[in-house]
Amino acid sequence: MHNQSSALQQGPCRLESLDDLNKFREQLERNIDPDHPEIVVCHGTGCLASGGEAVSNAIQATLDASGIKAKVIPGIKTTGCQGFCSRGPLVLIRPQGIFYQRVKPKDVGEIIEKTIVQGEIINRLLYKDPQTGEKIIHEEEIPFYKYQDRKVLHNIGKIDPTNLYDSIMAGGYQALAKALTTMTPEQVVQEVELSGLRGRGGAGFPAGRKWRSALLAIEKKGRPVYVVVNGDEGDPGAFMDRTIMEGDPHAVLEGLILGAYALGATEGFLYVRAEYPLAIKHLGIAMEQARAHGLLGKNILNSGFSFDVRINRGAGAFVCGESTALFTSIEGKPGNPKPKYVRSVEEGLWGRPTVLNNVETWANIPLIIDKGGDWYKKIGVSHSTGTKVFSLVGKVNNVGLVEVPMGLPLSDIVEKIGGGVPGGAPFKAVQTGGPSGGCIPYSLKDTAVDFDSLTEAGSMMGSGAMIVMDDTDCVVDLARYFLRFLEEESCGKCMPCRFGLSRMREILDGFSEGRGTQADIDDLISLSKAIQDGALCALGSSAPNPVLTTIRYFKEEYLAHLEDQNCPAGVCKALITFQIDPEACNGCTSCARKCPVGCISGGKKEPHTISADECIKCGICKESCKFDAVRII
Amino acid sequence: MTTSDQHIDELMDQYPPKPEYLIGLLQDIQDQQGYISYGAMLLASEHTKVPLSQAYSVATFYQSFRLDPPGEHEIKVCLGTACHLNGGQQLVDGLSRKLQIEPGETTDDMMFTLSTVNCVGACAIAPVAVVDENYHAGATMQKLEREMRKVIDLSSDKIMGEPNA
Ligand SMILES: Cc1cc2nc3c(=O)[nH]c(=O)nc-3n(C[C@H](O)[C@H](O)[C@H](O)COP(=O)(O)O)c2cc1C
Ligand code: FES
Ligand code: FES
Repeated sequence: MHNQSSALQQGPCRLESLDDLNKFREQLERNIDPDHPEIVVCHGTGCLASGGEAVSNAIQATLDASGIKAKVIPGIKTTGCQGFCSRGPLVLIRPQGIFYQRVKPKDVGEIIEKTIVQGEIINRLLYKDPQTGEKIIHEEEIPFYKYQDRKVLHNIGKIDPTNLYDSIMAGGYQALAKALTTMTPEQVVQEVELSGLRGRGGAGFPAGRKWRSALLAIEKKGRPVYVVVNGDEGDPGAFMDRTIMEGDPHAVLEGLILGAYALGATEGFLYVRAEYPLAIKHLGIAMEQARAHGLLGKNILNSGFSFDVRINRGAGAFVCGESTALFTSIEGKPGNPKPKYVRSVEEGLWGRPTVLNNVETWANIPLIIDKGGDWYKKIGVSHSTGTKVFSLVGKVNNVGLVEVPMGLPLSDIVEKIGGGVPGGAPFKAVQTGGPSGGCIPYSLKDTAVDFDSLTEAGSMMGSGAMIVMDDTDCVVDLARYFLRFLEEESCGKCMPCRFGLSRMREILDGFSEGRGTQADIDDLISLSKAIQDGALCALGSSAPNPVLTTIRYFKEEYLAHLEDQNCPAGVCKALITFQIDPEACNGCTSCARKCPVGCISGGKKEPHTISADECIKCGICKESCKFDAVRII
Repeated sequence: MTTSDQHIDELMDQYPPKPEYLIGLLQDIQDQQGYISYGAMLLASEHTKVPLSQAYSVATFYQSFRLDPPGEHEIKVCLGTACHLNGGQQLVDGLSRKLQIEPGETTDDMMFTLSTVNCVGACAIAPVAVVDENYHAGATMQKLEREMRKVIDLSSDKIMGEPNA
């Protein structure tokens, strides 16, 4: 807002060459004083949910009101998700890099008066390390950020994603200009091959090899060829792609344009999940801005190369993240997958050669072209190069989005960056790979987090979800959750998936109700094999993974459900009862008033009791008890 | 021609008459009208040259399309993995009991529609519920009941505020 004004006044101009872009960037930079104070407010989906907009409005209003004694009026910048949503709304004061968390509109006056005017730190708003109890002032010293290696996420949290100039100043479109002026399309493909980049959408297929096969398909069938961004992010519990699309839409766009140049595509598609309205909005703005500046559309940077792109909103079907289903969806039809022998690079959209890559994959391309495949492949480990973004959620102190080099031990991510499980106990398991992945137990905490090691451990990288589980999470319940999810999302076209998943889920229902038998475990395993072999697409064939890994690593928990009729984690409703600890209860009556079926009795200031026969186990009493007196046994 | 047909006409003008634009057009219609009526479906199918039966096959395949009018307010509870582990299902059960409807249904007074969603991408602040367009972090039954009372008050203010309404 403050720092872009002078550049914006000149209105959109078409950039005609690499030289033009460089000059334009230098001109923008000249208008910026790096020491000028700036208040950065996170406007990612998470911080907006916790009130980020009210905070930025309050800052604007305070600055607009007269009487500020600051020598220089700070600028305000709103950014995409900075990854630490659990601490939102986040406010950063630059250039010092002071990090304030859980900021409320009522804190704003003090931030301006104390921190901006007098340079004082407000202790109350600082992040407190849950492990050491220490308060930390600067963003880069917070363990959550300190141990990350933010490459793809580098600009996110620094730039205003709705401002092309911000992106250009951060190096945006540099790689594109370089490729269009100094590289042949073949060289771009070679650089991607050299980098070793593997697809970030789940399967980890080498991107360069995919592009090469597309070129071979083009030799046979001719053009058109299409390039497509998979922004469906179907894994329910992951938000890497959302963050990238929302926070640095130009990076995705630039990657896609580079791919289009490499393959000679003139048309591309962004397939974005409809549940991500902000991502759709920011991508739309980015496309308009890029077009207005000659970075997208006809004759890009005056190179003679033309390419344009369209956004398709998903419509709430998980299977549409699968390549062939995604194509039929773009074609306007129900998203039914095609059999596996159809290779989508040869026969993709409208039967044409098509390259589909994940959002994060595309966002890596500008880095590779800018710095070189050789540079890139030095990051990470030999068969999994580069970094990977993970969404670290569940029972962990620092919940959020993290980017690390491939190959880091799992425990580093969960314990160093994530700060471990609240309360300090070891984690029980980490679920990776979403509905197609598996659970890695604490005993394998040193597993390297790369494509191959995770597969070896029986799980998979998937798109990068990492769900930390502790003793209060039940693995049987989680396996049942994923199966039910996939059962609902199965398109129903093939038998093994349609009936097999339902049958497996019924068996797991039995476990969660204490009706399981030993033979059921064997049935689960044999059904799994049948589905793995027989399903039409990877939705079905990978669906048994959560069940198989939990049986492999947590068989005793299955056995407890069937032999002892007990859910050790206290999750499966049929196997638990709610009780009030008379020692801890002080008779405040809060639970009795809130119980929806009125099954809690007891006089004022006397210990209450729950009538087990009437209790529907809704958990409202536990949620409302301030003295932690409600126990699950 | 009704006003809603006119609005749909305007939306159709933005899409070339080809089958590939059916989904986008239906999404725009739903954004504007809250659901896709039989009449709207007829217009969309004619415009994009997709037979009506196939247009219905598309609309019923994708979860986000609604064929019945929704209530005045929508409460959407996330049942993604992170929200599931943090009690999302309990919220759905609680709301279901409170409103006496199942997920996907609308209350008789057309005030609330209860629905579920598989992750809105705010997993770090689970469990998440979205009331109308507003996201609620760390949702609990108590917070949601408060929010419901607030939107009911807003609606009645609106009705009372309009003369002769
Ligand atoms: C059922 C199913 C759902 C999928 N969902 C997604 C998704 O949401 N996002 C994604 O990028 N890839 C998804 N994939 C993987 C895609 O099919 C495809 O492999 C990927 O988009 C290719 O891009 P990449 O090579 O860059 O990873 C899914 C696959 C299956 C089988
Ligand atoms: S939305 Fe602000 S940190 Fe994620
Ligand atoms: S799991 Fe609920 S927002 Fe992602």
